[in-house]
Amino acid sequence: MASLLPEDTMGGQVITITSGKGGVGKTTATANLGVALARRGQRVVCVDADIGLRNLDVVLGLENRIVYDLVDVIEGHAKLRQALIKDKRLPELQLLPAAQKRDKTAVTDKQMIKLCDDLKREFDFVLIDSPAGIEGGFKYSIAPSDQVIVIVTPEVSSVRDADRVIGLVEAQEKPTPKLVINRMRPSMVKRGEMLATADVLEILAVELLGIVPEDEAIITSTNKGHPVALEDHSPAGVAFTRIAKRMMGEDVPFQVPEDSEGLLDRFSRLFRR
Amino acid sequence: MGFLDRIFGRSTPSSANMAKERLQLVLAHDRTDISPETLNVLKDEIVNVISKHVEIDREHVEVTFSRAAHINRLVANIPVIRPRPPRAKPSPRGTRTAQTSKS
Repeated sequence: MASLLPEDTMGGQVITITSGKGGVGKTTATANLGVALARRGQRVVCVDADIGLRNLDVVLGLENRIVYDLVDVIEGHAKLRQALIKDKRLPELQLLPAAQKRDKTAVTDKQMIKLCDDLKREFDFVLIDSPAGIEGGFKYSIAPSDQVIVIVTPEVSSVRDADRVIGLVEAQEKPTPKLVINRMRPSMVKRGEMLATADVLEILAVELLGIVPEDEAIITSTNKGHPVALEDHSPAGVAFTRIAKRMMGEDVPFQVPEDSEGLLDRFSRLFRR
Repeated sequence: MGFLDRIFGRSTPSSANMAKERLQLVLAHDRTDISPETLNVLKDEIVNVISKHVEIDREHVEVTFSRAAHINRLVANIPVIRPRPPRAKPSPRGTRTAQTSKS
């Protein structure tokens, strides 16, 4: 089957999710893409590469089951099998948590490449949740990747940082990253108050992988440690599932997310005129 | 709102358009190390030169750098409204032939 990665590789694909800017939804995207891929029968491991600022575990709701972490594996204190946490909701999904009491100097590019080579043999998708920034943590997250996904929100700061990150990835002679536009608000775009998908794509000149609408369900689901992509009723969950299908090589047409503007908003706007 | 403004020529650019323009300028700098001021001057000068010959829509001029693997490309997108008449001041018919015959 055609996949996100054109060339053939031994085993699975390593996909790094990054952004430059913090707080745009890297961890949320990693968790939900992992869930959506696993729901479709793919063997997935989500790797939290944000050493010292561990969060993928809480977003996935697996924080209570951590015994060993990524640094323990790299330093030989634990076997991969001991550190991987199986998601009880989805047999195909596992998490490799970050170390919380260490910092980014604990891992080198080479160690990360070796780790991912091992993971590739057992999983179809190795999803690396990169830390924010463009320093060491970003570099070792990119080093093993076959494909990079850049998460961007339709704001000047995020787009600018994404441009920088895209340039850095290309300088590593990696394939040009693909773009996920997160937290899109269609009603604001319609009013000319938010950059549209076409604007962002024109500025960054990369291929679009998906558009995720702003969705309050992300907050409530994160409160519970229950990613939205586990079900099909939230707009963001559906959007992540569509991206997962594209990652598996399915041809899923792009659609501008449904207008989140409620009936009430429309009425109040009518009266404001 | 925006629609009426456009009809009556009161163009207040939308904040999304401002975001796009500002980004294009700042990224041109990030990508090439040409300062935003220099780029603005460059843009103005290009606009002025072109305006001598054709009437252009100054509001929608875009001067950017596109990122590519090995080369940065200066891209100017300049909407042309109509060519300027050969002389700035309005003149009776036949000016053009008179001019050419003079040279």
